[in-house]
Amino acid sequence: MSVEAWEPVVGLEVHCELKTATKLFCGCRNAFGDEPNTNICPVCLGLPGSLPVLNVKAVELAMSIGNALHCEIRPSLFHRKNYFYPDMPKDYQISQYDEPINVNGWLELPDGQRVGIVRAHMEEDTGKTSHMGGGGRIHDADHALVDYNRAGVPLVEIVSAPDIRSAAQAHRYVEELRAILMAIRASDGRMEEGSLRVDANVSVRAGRTDELGTRCEIKNLNSLRSLARAIEHETERQVTLLEAGEPVLQQTRHWDEQAQKTVALRSKEEAFDYRYFPEPDLVLVAPGPDWQYQVALCLPPMPAERRAKLTELLGAGGPTAAQADQVATVVALGLDTLVVEAASSGIEVPLALARTANEAAADADRAREVDRAAYGTLLRMEQEGTLTPTQAKAVLADLFENGGHPADIARRKGFEALGAGTVVAAVADVVFAHPEEWARYCQGEDKLVGFFTGLVMQATDKKANGKEVAAELRRLRG
Amino acid sequence: MNASELAGRVRTGETSAVDVLEQHLRAIEECDGELHAFLTVLGDTARSEAREIDRRLGAGEAPGPLAGVPVAVKDNLCTRGVPTTCASRILEGWLPPYDATVVKRLRGAGAVVVGKTNLDEFAMGSSTENSAFGPTRNPHDPRRVPGGSSGGSAAAVAAGLVPIALGSDTGGSIRQPAALCGVVGLKPTYGTVSRYGLVAFASSLDQVGPFARTVADAATLFDVISGHDPLDSTSLERPNPLALARLEEGVDGMRVGVVVELLDGADASVVKRVHEAAEALAAAGANVEECSVPEVSYALPAYYLLAAAEASSNLARYDGVRYGLRVDASSAEAMNGATRAVGFGPEVKRRIMLGTYALSAGYYDAYYGQAQKVRTLIIRAFARAYEQADVLLGATTPTTAFELGSKVDDPLAMYLSDVCTVPTNLAGHPAITVPFGVDDLALPVGVQLLAPALGETSMFQAAAVIEGAAPAGALPQICAPTIGAGPTSTRGER
Repeated sequence: MSVEAWEPVVGLEVHCELKTATKLFCGCRNAFGDEPNTNICPVCLGLPGSLPVLNVKAVELAMSIGNALHCEIRPSLFHRKNYFYPDMPKDYQISQYDEPINVNGWLELPDGQRVGIVRAHMEEDTGKTSHMGGGGRIHDADHALVDYNRAGVPLVEIVSAPDIRSAAQAHRYVEELRAILMAIRASDGRMEEGSLRVDANVSVRAGRTDELGTRCEIKNLNSLRSLARAIEHETERQVTLLEAGEPVLQQTRHWDEQAQKTVALRSKEEAFDYRYFPEPDLVLVAPGPDWQYQVALCLPPMPAERRAKLTELLGAGGPTAAQADQVATVVALGLDTLVVEAASSGIEVPLALARTANEAAADADRAREVDRAAYGTLLRMEQEGTLTPTQAKAVLADLFENGGHPADIARRKGFEALGAGTVVAAVADVVFAHPEEWARYCQGEDKLVGFFTGLVMQATDKKANGKEVAAELRRLRG
Repeated sequence: MNASELAGRVRTGETSAVDVLEQHLRAIEECDGELHAFLTVLGDTARSEAREIDRRLGAGEAPGPLAGVPVAVKDNLCTRGVPTTCASRILEGWLPPYDATVVKRLRGAGAVVVGKTNLDEFAMGSSTENSAFGPTRNPHDPRRVPGGSSGGSAAAVAAGLVPIALGSDTGGSIRQPAALCGVVGLKPTYGTVSRYGLVAFASSLDQVGPFARTVADAATLFDVISGHDPLDSTSLERPNPLALARLEEGVDGMRVGVVVELLDGADASVVKRVHEAAEALAAAGANVEECSVPEVSYALPAYYLLAAAEASSNLARYDGVRYGLRVDASSAEAMNGATRAVGFGPEVKRRIMLGTYALSAGYYDAYYGQAQKVRTLIIRAFARAYEQADVLLGATTPTTAFELGSKVDDPLAMYLSDVCTVPTNLAGHPAITVPFGVDDLALPVGVQLLAPALGETSMFQAAAVIEGAAPAGALPQICAPTIGAGPTSTRGER
């Protein structure tokens, strides 16, 4: 049999660091990248006599995740997961076990496929060990340093059902989940900083059978790319074994990014006995109906809804395949409001979408902060032919980098052709920036022509023709 | 002299906090060589605390109900910058960067912390012989144990080295030594006293409580240390039962149940004293009846599984990585093992192994799970008993103080000395032991009163009646000269 005759069955465990101001059980700052061991206290260091107190904000974010994933939110308990590790201050992790806060939900992928969510529970993160000396690897290090800043940072672990059937689908699942977590402000979505961590449970089965094969859990997947590659590799490995008549052993495996393969960490027999028991230092978490309602009420629009909005803006005929990808990209990056706002000021949606999905997406962090009026003006300049697409992209890059006014940037770059297009763009710009005056002008307050003309003159360095400005204002008023 | 009298004299200026402190420091100096109640004595910091109390009094301020009262604190309660050893080698050199909530409350009430008292390592034991720093002796007979695990606090109060002290009670660790040393000891309702800063042994059972020579002092100390603490999630938010304010209301009409199972297997001299205490309550107007709570017989095995299970997890953090002892080795794992092998004593290791086993895959249901079910049954059984009674009465310990070394090689015999005290911890209820005469060897006998959760008010009222009717106690063989001035010590007949 070939690989094609086999079907991978994948379930994912996603650990999401919650973006709370403070840690899960103490008042220490929850921040990435601070000086080691500066955000610590007796509680998150597990000093003798210290006790945990649950962060209410973390519970709210966990409930928001539950809401966004259509879970049932239930009264929940914390357990202790006992094992020794130097970066775990108490040598047990406080985690939810058989009574998690969220159960039985689902996530819908952009193609309409649903992946079941078994549970999404709260737990605390561990510290971080750095192996020093030697090659920086565990086995040849001569000592280790531990940073406890991350110890006690709140996590939600989201466990999917084994509903995923390909590496590509796993990729889409994590992408969609990431967009949801960012939309509800539960996560910054930064996989490279470890604020989103994925483990994959992979098994394979031949043809049409409901029976599941023996699974392996794959750890150390630090990007969407490694996730997909690891699933592909692991599928091939298991198929090769089975086709050779050898069994797949239940194992925990490590993704070796350099070698691009998975390697065995430990077998089922070597698995830890975590000796879970209810955490006696905490009490039942049972959010009442009022609290649950408040949290549900604050849920922002989900990515699926936002994609639908953009698709609707694209109008009849629906999006092309390329546009569908662009829609997915801008929503995944939280840039869709740029498109929606530009469209509402009269920019053609395909243009706004393309610039946002390509140029803005390449610098997404800055794009989210960009001056919306300036962004609209730039798109208008391109739309009206004042700037060629190439020029527009150059101006856009400058705008993200340094801010400022698109017309100024264009002039600095020598793109200036102070024709009708520039005047039109400048007028649109000041109109857009002064909605109140524009409304009064539209109601007949003609003397405001002077106000707008003055502003356009300022913006164009007095190069605009006043008569042209007045004509454009009249034309816009209709 | 008892604590309330001392505080009164300090407040009125008859004496100063500094003089009171010096007197007690001298008593410690004289007696503690033989007694070994203290692991750390705080001369200088205590002196500056006492001077501060005197200064505040001089400035017209009211430092609180324990103004200038010296107090000893069990060495498993964190004290900022002061060694907190849990009587274990593994915490050697560790200085807590913070004070336990109860320590803060003591100081807030004007008390002066004079030292940290000896205990069984990590509060695991019933004789204080499991201390890594040597045993404490019973002031009534230095050949005998003071009980445990809070043996240091009990002995210090009994010998008059301090009028009051704090201990912790997980399965009887306040009440059993209080009974064996002839003082009052209270295990409060779970959740009334903050556990923040109490080094955990078994978190669902641990509770901090007072030792005193009088019921009124125990009530005063309970009022001071109890109350909601946002740093302890298991701390109750409702107002605490008042102890001192309603202490003298008597027991007229109070329903008292004498629990036959809390007398089973007790020495005849102890049983006799419990019956006398019951008669005293009846004479004061209580309706006393015998009752049976058969489920308490299952409390001891359930307790030793649950407490050990929680301990195995609570004590995991002593791994040599962050604080305390570290025995270097070739890997983190080996260092961890070597540190724990050297740092923990045999009883602690026994309980860690027992608890680890009880929580293991395949054994969890049979041990931990089963013990939790027993715990639920005991809670239900007490609930039924309290339909018929307001408070329950029984022995605190089956025997009076036993000789040093007599049980160290027989852990089960040692565990049995907790048989009357553990049911209360499993239920989360309060219980108090009150000294009530002596046995044939002139060793103190304690009788125990139990109440439902938050039933401290009635329990204290009954305790006050029992105290008032108690036959003469004995003057300890080791005691401070000052103790002669106290009201409980004038009954010496030895």
